[in-house]
Amino acid sequence: MTKSSHILICHGTACVSSESREVYKALEKAIDEAGLADQVRIVHTGCFGFCARGPIILIHPGGVMYCEVSVGDVKEIIEEHIKKGNIVERLLYRDPETKEKKTGFDAINFFRNQTRVVLRNCGQINPDDIHEYIAKDGYKALGKALKEMTPNQVIAEIKKSGLRGRGGGGFPTGLKWELTAKSSGDTKYVICNADEGDPGAFMDRSILEGDPHSVLEAMAIAGYAIGARQGFVYVRAEYAIAVERVSHAIEQARELGLLGKNLFETDFAFDIEVRLGAGAFVCGEETALITSIEGNRGEPRPRPPFPAQKGLWGNPTLINNVETLANIPAIILNGAEWFTQFGTERSRGTKVFALAGKINNTGLIEVPMGATLRHVIYDIGGGIPDGKNLKAVQTGGPSGGCIPAHLLDTPIEYDTLLELGSMMGSGGMIVLDESDCMVDIAKFYLEFTRDESCGKCTPCRIGTKRLLEILERITEGRGKEDDIPLLQELAEGIKETSLCGLGQSAPNPVLSTLRYFKDEYMAHVRDKVCPAGVCKKLSRIRIIPEECKKCGLCARECPVGAIKGKPRETHEIDPEKCTKCEACLKKCPFGAIRK
Amino acid sequence: MGENCEGQCRQTQFAELDKVIEEYRGTPGALIPVLHKAQEIFGYLPEEVQYRISQGLGLPLADVYGVVTFYSRFTLVPKGKHDIGVCLGTACYVKGAGELVGWLDKELGLKPGGITRDGLFSLETTRCVGACGMAPVVTIGEEVKGRLTVEQFSEIIREYQQK
Ligand SMILES: Cc1cc2nc3c(=O)[nH]c(=O)nc-3n(C[C@H](O)[C@H](O)[C@H](O)COP(=O)(O)O)c2cc1C
Ligand code: SF4
Ligand code: SF4
Ligand code: SF4
Ligand code: FES
Ligand code: FES
Repeated sequence: MTKSSHILICHGTACVSSESREVYKALEKAIDEAGLADQVRIVHTGCFGFCARGPIILIHPGGVMYCEVSVGDVKEIIEEHIKKGNIVERLLYRDPETKEKKTGFDAINFFRNQTRVVLRNCGQINPDDIHEYIAKDGYKALGKALKEMTPNQVIAEIKKSGLRGRGGGGFPTGLKWELTAKSSGDTKYVICNADEGDPGAFMDRSILEGDPHSVLEAMAIAGYAIGARQGFVYVRAEYAIAVERVSHAIEQARELGLLGKNLFETDFAFDIEVRLGAGAFVCGEETALITSIEGNRGEPRPRPPFPAQKGLWGNPTLINNVETLANIPAIILNGAEWFTQFGTERSRGTKVFALAGKINNTGLIEVPMGATLRHVIYDIGGGIPDGKNLKAVQTGGPSGGCIPAHLLDTPIEYDTLLELGSMMGSGGMIVLDESDCMVDIAKFYLEFTRDESCGKCTPCRIGTKRLLEILERITEGRGKEDDIPLLQELAEGIKETSLCGLGQSAPNPVLSTLRYFKDEYMAHVRDKVCPAGVCKKLSRIRIIPEECKKCGLCARECPVGAIKGKPRETHEIDPEKCTKCEACLKKCPFGAIRK
Repeated sequence: MGENCEGQCRQTQFAELDKVIEEYRGTPGALIPVLHKAQEIFGYLPEEVQYRISQGLGLPLADVYGVVTFYSRFTLVPKGKHDIGVCLGTACYVKGAGELVGWLDKELGLKPGGITRDGLFSLETTRCVGACGMAPVVTIGEEVKGRLTVEQFSEIIREYQQK
């Protein structure tokens, strides 16, 4: 029976953590009780992208989107919207600028400014139901490849599309496929790299959660193209929802004969297994990942030989990133020509970004390559909250760097970002505002790489530690002016001499902040102040005399009696006594006390 | 789960582990999947468990130990009744997750990798749980809480202390 109403509810990680599962159950119950079970269908989906306002639900017909839906809202949605056809105004998205209420995706800037190729099905279908994927032309590309194309034609098509790897390096995908196909050996493997250890990135996980079959289908196509019969999805055990969905998807594909033997009545056989990572960032590096699947400590090894020649258990192995793979079915189905309409000459297609940090619309977005950072941050991201100013955008995670606000009109491409001393990386994009300290951000990433260095080679193991020590010294007020050239020299040395990409890129956050924010470093070492007020030992709590209303509240609050001033006098803080507990700062009713 | 479980129950756990080992014996790359399952059974990976696995899979104990200590998800110490994970991914960090870690240290003397004396709470820092839109994010057992201030966080911890 066809149902007259569909309710789509997001079950991505962010929405689940704001209780979308409970909302789902409540909806189910309410619909049952209202006797509407045969008219309304509830579907759980992957991430819509609009995580900042989760849990999100979308109701068809009409495509009405409700934000921040709680269990308490369910009754009203059923009574008003489903039964009477009235929109529940208070749950609609409200444009922060115009204050207008918006009903559907198309009216909302966040969605209107995106181009969805990779995320074509995310939030549109139930990822646990293979039939919904098939209804969206799923597995058609695999059929086309197997029935109408030779492996060489598949590779040629991918090459023509200009697709480059989305896992960080941007290596041409078609070329990698060709190299692996040409390697000799009867046993070959396809590996999907879903480790995604970048802090602040959740694209790959969201694709697996929202559209797992697109990745499985692509792996089978890759297997056909290079001559492999077995694939592995390497995903972190921590990403429970992604693991569950992809495992379930594999079972369903097997049941329908879309994985296994004799696919599409040809003699091509392909199967996929899930392997769980265990939380080591370096295992995202391809040789380390292979070592980890083999059951060892995930330490990288020198290349060459490349995995394409000698990979898993010594056999030729194709490793691709989740997002790279998710592009494949669309390219095969629509043709390379179609794909090249998106993006730029040297960076074809679209890119998915995880937009987070100091930005209004945090979430998952997709834009054509070549879009500017400004477009992403203001037109899609809705700008910076709390009336603050943008300071920089961090791209590429621990391997990348910070791009300062004055370069916001840079188009996003592999090469332009590299020129700026940052990197596309996997697509984490962290927006920083004036209250963030750039030295502190560099320190944050160095702490990360120090922790995650596998320790196999000295420049990375010891070098990152030394870099971190210097940064710690600077943020604690013990830095000297000489520390700055020292940082620079050490960073360049580590880059040149480390064995794998982790060490080779670990100094990037330091180098890029030095490049664009040297004055902030200087303020720390020379003037012993942290301009953003983040580094506790260098920050000063002070009262802005013009804003002080002389109420005396702060003086009473201070546990160490550091605040001088009688009622009806402007108050002042004695920096010698102040312990920077910030108690006064929270107390002042007029916001006259600042860091 | 593995906490507070001696004698009879320990035996059942080992029997379960033996079954897992049996299932994976001979599979290439079995060690990591077996360790995942073992940690599910025991809650952590004490030496006796590692020894059993090394015997069962025919691997040197040093290799097993080497793998266990390499990956951050594997742990050698038992977890508290409530295992707290504070996300220190970039998005959470810039939204103040560090203050939550500081608060735990100040109020409960609980440091990353540690456990409170009463065994009630243990703390791990994680790197991005994928809910960056809700930063800062904390997990307590299976529950995920987002958009937390220190005040809200302290209230949640107080609630758990009553549980
Ligand atoms: C330290 C380090 C971590 C990496 N982490 C990932 C990761 O989490 N996911 C990923 O796809 N690629 C990661 N890469 C890149 C992979 O080594 C590899 O280039 C990529 O998976 C190839 O796929 P692609 O050509 O489709 O991009 C990492 C590289 C390094 C050096
Ligand atoms: S660069 Fe770092 S992570 Fe890479 S092999 Fe050397 S020590 Fe290990
Ligand atoms: S609380 Fe604020 S307004 Fe009142 S005396 Fe202190 S600084 Fe001035
Ligand atoms: S920060 Fe604390 S110690 Fe310093 S003036 Fe304010 S209340 Fe007093
Ligand atoms: S997880 Fe629900 S919108 Fe992203
Ligand atoms: S950085 Fe904390 S959830 Fe992503």
